[in-house]
Amino acid sequence: MLMEKWGEKMPNPREKIPARIAEEFKDGDVVNLGIGMPTMVANHISDHINVILQSENGFVGLGPTPPKGEEDMDITNAGEQPVTFKAGAAFFDSATSFSIIRGGHLDFTVLGALEVDQQGNLANWMIPGKFVPGMGGAMDLTVGAKKVIVATSHLTKKGQPKILKKCSLPLTAVSEVDLIVTELAVIEVHEDGLWLTERADGVEIEEIIRKTDADLKIKEAVKVF
Amino acid sequence: MDKIIKLNDLDQFIESGMTIMIGGFIESGCPKNIIQYLLDNEINNINLIANTTGFMSRPLGQLIVQRRVKKVTASHIGTNSKTAELMNSGEMEVELIPQGTLAEKIRSQGAGIGGFLTPTGVGTKVEAGKDKIEIEGREYLLELPLKADLALLKAWKADEDGNLIYRYSSRNFNPLMAMAADLVIVEAENISEKGSLDANHIMTPGIFVDYIVDIDEI
Repeated sequence: MLMEKWGEKMPNPREKIPARIAEEFKDGDVVNLGIGMPTMVANHISDHINVILQSENGFVGLGPTPPKGEEDMDITNAGEQPVTFKAGAAFFDSATSFSIIRGGHLDFTVLGALEVDQQGNLANWMIPGKFVPGMGGAMDLTVGAKKVIVATSHLTKKGQPKILKKCSLPLTAVSEVDLIVTELAVIEVHEDGLWLTERADGVEIEEIIRKTDADLKIKEAVKVF
Repeated sequence: MDKIIKLNDLDQFIESGMTIMIGGFIESGCPKNIIQYLLDNEINNINLIANTTGFMSRPLGQLIVQRRVKKVTASHIGTNSKTAELMNSGEMEVELIPQGTLAEKIRSQGAGIGGFLTPTGVGTKVEAGKDKIEIEGREYLLELPLKADLALLKAWKADEDGNLIYRYSSRNFNPLMAMAADLVIVEAENISEKGSLDANHIMTPGIFVDYIVDIDEI
């Protein structure tokens, strides 16, 4: 799970992060996975528990990607990628879908981030003047889910910290993030700020502190993941 | 009343400058043949309400590419880069609305509700110009209904009364928009005679539907 990047041995974010996030779920949880890296969390959920995946385009019971040639474009995830559905699945309209999301019926949402800060604020829907894809379902998901997990690389592609004292980009939601998982660290968001609870295997706490532009409280026994 | 029409009959109902809701999530559940009619018949200056602006290569996305839209209200425009381009050049107005709020604004119109309170968007750009109301210690935004002159929808099965059944995740915004527009026109994959659909399975009652386009009878 290690690859060479920036001249250091770095865990591959696209493996490490989804695998760690999947450990948060328990049997029966209803979970919405955002587009991109969050979608990959599904590949790491234990076969011993039944996690019900929700898709904001209107269904619960998402299954894996179908084999090539068996795609049905009326069965897609929120990124319009073909998926399948599991036994027990149900389809519904967008108002019902967002009643699930906003109404407190979703145990977890996993979303990507452009920036996340020590108040638990998240920015992931626009860079003014550059990148304006729209918020889609992200604002409802962040406000509505019981627990919000941010899945993100620790640094931007340019090597800048994404975990900040205060977000500079337009916010998706205020003080809603509960947990941040990067390829280097697991960080819990509490009322008194950010707590480093786990470090990736082979990564020193000092490196995490150096690459985080926020006040980081260090738990007494930081676990390795 | 005979609700079954052909694509060519649409000229009686659709004109430039209308506010049009189009069902679908990106492209799934999108009435692509009716949208192609809009493209082929120089319908422009559309005030478009749709969840996304689709893909540039497909009919919904082409409405943007061919500059048929003066304003779009959507939750996501990232699949169609022309949308941001026309927004940045000032050629088209774009209003971005959180997806759950968009769905509920449309539902409110159809349900006769004068507005609703949502926690979504509090503390973000979305709250600009909106009333903020505190209830039991939590802040909410007052969001108002969204209506249209015309809704263009896609169903899997329709009967002659306009009762509709949607297939899998193509349902999305279609049943909500069916209630929120003055005129509702549906593209259906299968059209069957009166009473042929199981009344237990109807997802949109035919009373919301004005016309069904028979695509096979072009």
